Amino acid sequence: MPEHIVSSFDEDLDELRTRIVEMGGVSEKMLADSTLALVKRDSALAQSVIAADARLDGLQRDIEELAVLTIARRQPMAVDLRELISVIRVAADLERIGDLAKNTSKRVVAISGETQPQKLVIGVQHMSDLVQAQLKDVLDAYVQRDDAQALDVWQRDDRIDALYTSIFRELLTYMMEDPRNITSCTHLLFLAKNIERIGDHTTNIAETVHYLATGVTLSVDRPKGDTSSFTKAPADPSS
Amino acid sequence: MTIVTEKPHAEKVSVKNLKFFYGDSLALKGINLPLYENIVTAFIGPSGCGKSTLLRVLNRMYDLYPKQRAEGEILLDGENVLSPKQDLNLLRAKIGMVFQKPTPFPMSIYDNIAFGVRLYESLSKSELNDRVESALRRAALWEEVKDKLHASGLSLSGGQQQRLCIARTVAVKPEVILLDEPCSALDPISTAKIEELIDELKRDYTIAIVTHSMQQAARVSQYTAFMYLGDLIEFDDTSKIFTAPHDKRTQDYITGRFG
Repeated sequence: MPEHIVSSFDEDLDELRTRIVEMGGVSEKMLADSTLALVKRDSALAQSVIAADARLDGLQRDIEELAVLTIARRQPMAVDLRELISVIRVAADLERIGDLAKNTSKRVVAISGETQPQKLVIGVQHMSDLVQAQLKDVLDAYVQRDDAQALDVWQRDDRIDALYTSIFRELLTYMMEDPRNITSCTHLLFLAKNIERIGDHTTNIAETVHYLATGVTLSVDRPKGDTSSFTKAPADPSS
Repeated sequence: MTIVTEKPHAEKVSVKNLKFFYGDSLALKGINLPLYENIVTAFIGPSGCGKSTLLRVLNRMYDLYPKQRAEGEILLDGENVLSPKQDLNLLRAKIGMVFQKPTPFPMSIYDNIAFGVRLYESLSKSELNDRVESALRRAALWEEVKDKLHASGLSLSGGQQQRLCIARTVAVKPEVILLDEPCSALDPISTAKIEELIDELKRDYTIAIVTHSMQQAARVSQYTAFMYLGDLIEFDDTSKIFTAPHDKRTQDYITGRFG
């Protein structure tokens, strides 16, 4: 795209793009580290994720302030207007992703002394790997304004939902088998839910990329694989 | 900005393959465009793109100048405005125009408005008073001038003078109002008053406005035409033009990337 006649407008937009990339990097690392902390039972790593969230919050505030200022100063139109609206939306999604990774890490610390069913930890790790790939792809799509890649991310989310549903079922079974599992399984359940929600935020970002690239809001319903809202405990295994 | 969702609008004016010449130079290269009834259509584009020329052709202002000529058709309710048989005084009563700089006549506020009315109609004194009052009210100027109707029109502020010109245009009961950068010489308060007025007026009239302010076009119009080098590049819903224009040249112009 050609540059603006007023070059300081381009500088403002560049500054915002840089900050978004930075937020993307921080949130990707928070998600990866929180999962690694779970797998390795590394409380120190989990603590570092909790500490990193403040930086992400600060970045979001900066982006929002600069975007609002730019709107007031430049009265942007068309693609510029869409970009500024998108910047605000994406920053909000990334900030939420940070919050969820932080909450995940708190739970990792909480269950570090408990027994953890390894099979489920691996299930959560697998889910996190998928979400990390989603997050990376959607951030690339954002930077490149690549609508096709964004739509791909948007459609892939149902696999994460399906995985979450199966983890949910299995955790219920563990808890029914032995009440001593309840503490760690409850934390694992929330932890898995956090990661699933991070996946949802990546689809929000994908929708924003679509809007940014095309000027049209995605209006069809996204394919959904999460049926956990309808899942009940299996019949009592002892009966 | 009004989002246009209702039924299709009646075409009050249809511009068909309009070409316009200043001597040998071609200023409009075959324009096709509707002006819809009770709708504000904004014309945007860089200086020299032909938007003011188009406005001047619509009520045949160019007839005042030799060597300027138009080809094609401009239909007002199906009648070709460009026809040699067209009565120009009648046409200019139907299609009123307000210019960039306020142009009050050097006479009283009252006479500024009554002057045009007297040309077309013979009204009794009280009817004329009523007409002047209602025109000033429509132009949101009545409260400010009702106690000094016999003061000179030139004694008013710039914003008031421009509203006086709009009142003068409205007083002869036109069908179409052309506004050529009506706010370019006005402060933001006067601009807001004129924009409020445009919203009001579109209930009764068909309005075309040329403006260099993108924000103004976005605020006051329902349709926007982007012109460049004598061509109509894009004509669409205003909401579409300013959020996701179709043509790259429109996008570059409205985002300040031109040239």
